[in-house]
Amino acid sequence: MQATIVQAVNEALHGAMERDDRVVVFGEDVAESGGVFRATDELLEEFGSDRVVDTPLSEIAIVGGATGMAMYGYRPVVEIQFSGFLPPAFDQLVTNTSRIRWRTRGELTAPMVVRMPYGAGVRALEHHSESLEGAYAHIPGLKVAVPSTPADTKGLLTAAIRDPDPVLFMEPKRIYRSIREELPEGDHEVPLGEAAVRREGDAVTVVAWGAMMPPTLEAVDDSGIDAEVIDLRTISPMDTETVVESVKKTGRCVVVHEGPRTLGVGSELIARINDEALMYLEAPIERVTGFDTQVPLLSMEDFYLPHPPRILDGIERALTA
Amino acid sequence: MSDRESDRRVPSAVGDGGVGLLTQADLSVPTHQIVDPDGSYDPEAVPDLSAEELCDLYRWMVTDRVFSRRMVNIQRRGELGTFGSTRGQEASIIGSAFTLEPQDWLYVGRAWTPMFMRGASMTDMIHFWRGIETAQQSFAKQNSQIAISIGSHVPLVAGLAWGMQLDDADAVATAYIGDGATSTGAAHEGINLAGALSLPALFFCQNNQYAISLNVEEQTGAKTLAQKALAYGIDAIRVDGQDVLAVYDAVQTAKERVKDGKPVFVESVTYRLDAHTTSDDPTRYRDEEEVQEWEAKDPIERYRSFLQSEGLWSRIDHESIVDDIETEFDEALATADELEERRVRELFAHVYDELPSELSRQLEAFEALLEERPEMDDYIEQRPKG
Repeated sequence: MQATIVQAVNEALHGAMERDDRVVVFGEDVAESGGVFRATDELLEEFGSDRVVDTPLSEIAIVGGATGMAMYGYRPVVEIQFSGFLPPAFDQLVTNTSRIRWRTRGELTAPMVVRMPYGAGVRALEHHSESLEGAYAHIPGLKVAVPSTPADTKGLLTAAIRDPDPVLFMEPKRIYRSIREELPEGDHEVPLGEAAVRREGDAVTVVAWGAMMPPTLEAVDDSGIDAEVIDLRTISPMDTETVVESVKKTGRCVVVHEGPRTLGVGSELIARINDEALMYLEAPIERVTGFDTQVPLLSMEDFYLPHPPRILDGIERALTA
Repeated sequence: MSDRESDRRVPSAVGDGGVGLLTQADLSVPTHQIVDPDGSYDPEAVPDLSAEELCDLYRWMVTDRVFSRRMVNIQRRGELGTFGSTRGQEASIIGSAFTLEPQDWLYVGRAWTPMFMRGASMTDMIHFWRGIETAQQSFAKQNSQIAISIGSHVPLVAGLAWGMQLDDADAVATAYIGDGATSTGAAHEGINLAGALSLPALFFCQNNQYAISLNVEEQTGAKTLAQKALAYGIDAIRVDGQDVLAVYDAVQTAKERVKDGKPVFVESVTYRLDAHTTSDDPTRYRDEEEVQEWEAKDPIERYRSFLQSEGLWSRIDHESIVDDIETEFDEALATADELEERRVRELFAHVYDELPSELSRQLEAFEALLEERPEMDDYIEQRPKG
C-alpha cells in the first residue's frame, strides 16, 4: 500500500492495537476527531472508547497519566498535539517517565510512546515549529526516534511501541504528506538505535534526520557530489558506529539539523567522531543547522530552515577545507 | 452544561449592578470528627472495627512515632543523610493507610509507616533515607512508591487508576499529597483527569499547615483545600487529622465511592510537629506557642482516651509495644549497616532495559580508570550510612 508518513503512523497504530490489547491511545482530539493531522483516524471506530480516549487539554496529565498506566502494565501511546506543547510535560519526562525503571531497579517500568509532530515549515503560529530533540535526548532513560520516510515511520513506531523503555517519537510534520511510498505489509519493525545509509558515496559523509532528509538528499542529488548520506533515525541511543565507519571512509563530514546549533545533536556527533575517527578527518566537520534564535514566526521561517543551497554550501566547505 | 444544578442556583452575593457572585462564603465545608479533643464521642459514630483492629491502630500510630524519633536520632548521630519526621501526623497517616488492601496502589508524600503496614521493612526505609536504591524496589513490590518531587506523582496515580479502570480491578490508586502539592500544576492536572475520566483514584491530602516554611493560609486564597475538589467535579471530605477514627472513617467511605469510579479528595487537617526535614529549622518561621497548641492535640493521646473509654486500654501493653518497635528498629538498622560496598556498574544498570553501546563505553572506560588509578578511591566516599 502506498502511504504518506502520517498514514504510516496510522497504520502502525492500527497494527499495534490489533496485536496487543494493552496498547491504549490517548491525547487531545485523538478519538472522535482522529487527531488534528488525522494520525489516529478510525482508531476509535475500530478499537472502541476504552482504548482510544480524548483527554482534556492537559499535557502533564497525558504524559504523567501514560507513565502511571505503563507502570500498571499497559502500553500507552499518547499524542502531544504539537511538540511546542510538550514543555509543560517536560517535568514528567525528566522526573518520572525516564526514571521508573532506574528508580525501582527494574521492578517497575514505563514502556510507553509519546508521539508528537515537530519542526518548522508548515506556516503555523508560534510554538508549532520547534526541534528540541537535543534537549530530549539529554534525558537518561528516554529514547528519542525521528523517522524521515513512511516505511521507517511504520517500522520505528512499531518498534517504539514494543520497546521496554519510554520512547519520544518525533514526527516530521513538514513532510507528513509530501512523501508517498510503498509500506511494508504486516508486522514491520525497524530497530531503534540503527541509522540508515540512504546514499552511498566516498567524498563526504552527510548526517541528517527527520524533516532535514529531503532537503539534504536534494542538495546532494542536484550537486552530483559523491556524498554518503546517513539518516540517523534514532537520536537516543545514537548509532555512532555507522557514522564513524562512514567518516573513516570519506574523511569529511557535515551534520545537518533543524534545531539550534549550540549544544545541538550535531555537537555530540562531532565529539563522537573526534573520539573515534579524528585521525581520519581531512577537514573540520561542518554544521548546517537552525540558528541559536527562536524559530521565527511563519513569515520568516524560511530564513531559519536549512534549505538545499545552505546544505550544499556546508558540503562544499567540508570538501574544500 | 445548563442542566447542571450549579447553573440553576442563584448565587447569594449580589453586586451593585445585580451581578451575582459565587463566593467561598456560599460554601460550607464541615470537618468530620468522631472523637472530640476532650475524648468524648458518640458510640454510634465509631466505625465498625474489631477490638483487635482498634488496638492495631494504636500499635501502628506508636510505630510511626517511635520510627520518626529513632530516625531523627540516628540522623543526628551522622548515620542518615536527612529525614522527614511525621510526628503529629500519626492519626492522619495510620487512619488512612489502615484502609489499604494489597491490590491498591499507594504513592506517598510524607508517610512512611504505611510501607511497613504493606509489608516493607524498616531496613528498606532506612535504605531509602540513606540513598540506597533497593528501597524503592522493595516498595514497588508492595504496589507502593515514595515521590520526592512534590505533586509530580499525582498524574501517575491518575494513570495507575486508569489502568485499574481498564482492568476492571477491584482496587484504588491512592496519592498522598501535602498542602504544598495542591499549588502544583501536576496535582491540578492529575486530579482533573481523574474527575474527567471517573478514575478510581483517591487523593489524600495531609494538610500539615506548612510547605516547608510557608503556612497554608499564605499558599492559597482558598479557605479550605477540600473545596478545591469541587472544581474538578469530584467529592471531598474534610476530616480532623488528629482523630484516627475519623480519618479511617473518611477514607474508608471515600474508598467505597472511588471503587465506583467516583474519585474523592480527602483533606486531613493535621500538623507537622517536627521540622520539614532534619535540615530545616522551623523556629525561623513559626512560633513556639503555635507548636504547643498542636502538641496539646496529640493524636495518640486522644486515641488512648478513646481506648480507655471503650475498655480496650487494658488489652494494650504500651511499654511492650514500644520495646518491640525499638527492637525491630535496632535489628533493621543492624541489617542496613551490613550493606556491601557499591560497584559503579550498578550506576548504569536499569537506565534502560539494554545498556546502549555509548553507556557501555562510558562504564568500561571508568572501570578501567578505577583499575589504573587506585588513588580514585580517595575521592569516592562510599556512604553506607547516608
